[in-house]
Amino acid sequence: MYNVNCDVAIIGGGPAGLAAAIAAKKEGAEKVLVLERDNAPGGILQQCIHPGFGLTRFKAELTGPEYYGRFVDEAKEVGVEYMLDTMVLEVCNETNEVVCTSSRYGLTCVKAKSIVLAMGCRERTRAGIMVPGTRPAGVYTAGAAQRLVNRQNIMVGKKVVILGSGDIGMIMARRMTLEGAQVVMVVELMDYLAGLTRNRVQCLDDFGIPLKLAHTITRIEGNERVTGVWVAPVDDKKQPIADKAEFVECDTVLFSVGLLPENELTRKAGIAIDPVTNGPAVNQYMQTSAPSVFACGNVVHVNDLVDNVSEESERAGKYAARYAMGKLDGEKKIVKCVTGRNVRYLCPQTIEANEVDGKVTLYFRVLQPEENVRLVARCGDTQLAKCKEFRVNPGEMCHLTVATKDIDGDVTVDVVKED
Amino acid sequence: MLKTDVVVIGAGAVGCAVARELSKYEVDVIVVEKNEDVGGDASKSNSAIIHTGYDAAPDTLESQLVVAANPMYDELCADLDIPFKRIGAILPAITDEQFEQLPAIKEKAFRNRVYDVEYKSGAELLEMEPELNPAVKGGLWIPRESIIDPFILVQAYAENAYANGVRFLLNSKVEGITTENGKIKTVKTSTEEIETTYVINCAGLYCDEVAEMVGKAEYKVVARKGQFFILDKNTSCQVEHIVLPIPTKITKGKLMCPTIHGNMLVGPTAEDQDSKLDKSTSAEGLASITTDVRNLIPNVNVRDTITQYSGLRPNRNPEGLNFDIWDDLEGYVNLSGVRSTGLTLSLSMGTFVVQQLLARGADWKRKENFIKKRKGIVKFSECTREEQDELVKQNPLYGNVICRCETITEAEILDAIHRPLGARSVDAVKRRVRAGMGRCQGGFCGPKVIEILARELGCSPADINKNNDGSNMVTGFTR
Amino acid sequence: MKKEIICTVCPRGCHIMVEGAGDTVSSVEGYACKRGLEYASAEFAHPVRILTTTVKVTGAQESLLPVRSNNPIPKEKLFECMDVIRAIEVKAPVNCYDVIVADICGTGVNIVSTKTVEAE
Repeated sequence: MYNVNCDVAIIGGGPAGLAAAIAAKKEGAEKVLVLERDNAPGGILQQCIHPGFGLTRFKAELTGPEYYGRFVDEAKEVGVEYMLDTMVLEVCNETNEVVCTSSRYGLTCVKAKSIVLAMGCRERTRAGIMVPGTRPAGVYTAGAAQRLVNRQNIMVGKKVVILGSGDIGMIMARRMTLEGAQVVMVVELMDYLAGLTRNRVQCLDDFGIPLKLAHTITRIEGNERVTGVWVAPVDDKKQPIADKAEFVECDTVLFSVGLLPENELTRKAGIAIDPVTNGPAVNQYMQTSAPSVFACGNVVHVNDLVDNVSEESERAGKYAARYAMGKLDGEKKIVKCVTGRNVRYLCPQTIEANEVDGKVTLYFRVLQPEENVRLVARCGDTQLAKCKEFRVNPGEMCHLTVATKDIDGDVTVDVVKED
Repeated sequence: MLKTDVVVIGAGAVGCAVARELSKYEVDVIVVEKNEDVGGDASKSNSAIIHTGYDAAPDTLESQLVVAANPMYDELCADLDIPFKRIGAILPAITDEQFEQLPAIKEKAFRNRVYDVEYKSGAELLEMEPELNPAVKGGLWIPRESIIDPFILVQAYAENAYANGVRFLLNSKVEGITTENGKIKTVKTSTEEIETTYVINCAGLYCDEVAEMVGKAEYKVVARKGQFFILDKNTSCQVEHIVLPIPTKITKGKLMCPTIHGNMLVGPTAEDQDSKLDKSTSAEGLASITTDVRNLIPNVNVRDTITQYSGLRPNRNPEGLNFDIWDDLEGYVNLSGVRSTGLTLSLSMGTFVVQQLLARGADWKRKENFIKKRKGIVKFSECTREEQDELVKQNPLYGNVICRCETITEAEILDAIHRPLGARSVDAVKRRVRAGMGRCQGGFCGPKVIEILARELGCSPADINKNNDGSNMVTGFTR
Repeated sequence: MKKEIICTVCPRGCHIMVEGAGDTVSSVEGYACKRGLEYASAEFAHPVRILTTTVKVTGAQESLLPVRSNNPIPKEKLFECMDVIRAIEVKAPVNCYDVIVADICGTGVNIVSTKTVEAE
């Protein structure tokens, strides 16, 4: 077995891994090694050729390749190293070893001082939401279709129905249309749009693609290739109203029905997972229950903006570097972050409240869409931070920043209805 | 016109097992199959259990063959490199009414000469299977009920038969059989016409249609649909044994068991239908599985499902497994009513059919040089780290992981494509190496598998099918 | 002519009513901020979009090069531009922001590469 030593090993060279690697290097870690299974860094952004990235971070509307390209350039400047075409098989947090395999080096054991998990997420499938019917060709997740169309030069179909009005679903509706396919409709289970309004306007309305809110696909038809789907409205319990189902002819169905953090390595390593986010529970340093292991990006919780991923990944990289250099010790006063009214989850899940002049940004998602609300972070009855929002919805992440010096117990976040 | 001694119709479990058994003799055999791959229809969508026959109707051919087949699997699976585990089954009685049925079930098992079935107390069963309904009153333990990889079983039969000289005509639908003077003469398929002495009808769901071609349609096949769920390997509630329900008068009921690769399987439904093509799942069917299995395993989490599928059992009306030959039609053998026990009894059916033909005067000598062993595709994920390292050094493509959920490498996929009777479609790759059988269901590896197939077969991605003709995965190039 | 425009400037998504003729705007109602007013007026008179797609690339490991319009293109010209882009083939190496098609369809807008692709 081939052996490699490094200070910080980063699993995954997508936007999260790249930002973490650069930050680790800048913080002073000597050898930072990114383990990436693809033949180039960039991760999923390689297939996200559409614009909309970097508005917060670069104040510019970049495409996926432009966004990660800037990080690749910076990583090169600061001296981040890569092992490409390399699949990680196992993470051992007790010995700080990462076992991986590649055609070039065979089985390789990377011995690190700290590890950053940045494996990203995968897509929920047709089977994951149990859509009945036959199992013909022509059923894809939106991301798989996006990879085929944008990277592999392969067209997946001619007449398309898309389930899920998240941004990926809508962006694929536009992409397929521009490539000459007919997108018959986008079907959404909820009675509100899952993605950004801007994408509805520019990806659906621009091309006259109907959006069917509060509808779902109840059945897929076709023995060889898809011949069509049954689309039915749903009642207020999200159950399809069977006798109102209509047959919609198509040869392709794309599922854009949610993303799931990819934590098989994390689970195998015995690292604690938050059952709501399905990602490792972390503190404000993005440190997991295994002190030498940090995590960032969609492996922790699914983000809607890559700009946020970059920010939290820089934190992970910075503190992973500090840990590697033996500078992240000291007495610990750990408090929990508690979900209050209309809050589905909070990240980080814990805070080390012993920093004197520290600030912690709490990222969270609401359970239900609501208008005219106040976001409040508090310790018991003491208010730590607040912010007014005209509208919140589960598809858009909220955040509040609190000062660690104010924290003397568990931190609760509520979304409060304004009078 | 091709010439042969025996045409076997159907490359499902039974057809391939019969062909393999025949390949032990100096006799020329052609297997004709309408699908693009070996593996059949019913043979590839079932519960993947090798039964003991404890619950078969006593003194029937089905009971005889199932009971005989079970002990044969240890040697077969060792010889042909087939994943197989003797995990045993439990039959828990949850209600008093069910508890009272146990003696009769045990009595039936003994009449079938399955003598190792024994009683277990509720406490014993809960110790064996902690997720069992705590209301369990007791039950039966059937130690030789086993699990197998059903895809590999059929591929292994076929590959071993092929290695011993059997020819396979895939994508070849039988369209007619001619006879002359009460003897079989030719089989016409959609691709070739074959002159032959024997025809063995192993066409499963379609065996009635084949029988009709020779005027022996004395029965009808009734497709009985069974829907299944496969759960993620990580699902919180797991079982270690096959957990069977006590059958009712109407149905054998729905079970839960691990698969040979560590997923959980729940199902099946039993729904008679007219169509032999409709293999769709339904919301109602899937809901009924959930409800029924919860009686046995209350915490089963069907939300962890990674796929749902259904298979069609080729039931027969009138019922029962039948082996038929006719004096007025020399050379014709008809197998019908091969249903849920078909996977199990394929092995003994092979030996039984050949023995019957030998007894009736087939003049076939044993081969001196029968190749007994088959080497399966090396599974990178099941090797030790040292073995994995060695594999990559020998062939760097073992270092290229294509399917990340199941850790399947490019070298394994290439082996699946280039071995005898190799994979020509995405599903055929999946059934040989499990690329796409994990939790992402091919979301990540599917696009790569299409590219690899197109590259290796020297065709356009647009020509790559999911399975049979017309199931094109994609439509062409964008540029 | 009266037209409802959904504002895409921020997630609030105001429904703004714009009235006018041709590219002259006579009234705008329902906006909540100055940026909304500007957006709705422009969207009424001259709706424009950034076009992103791919072109075929040879001599590289990858088969496609991602490209974009360096400025927004009139919405009604998107498909015309796609027809031009579809026929283009470039040879690696290509640098990010290299011009792939200059002044596409007379719009004055360039189609540029969004990625650096090295020669194989």
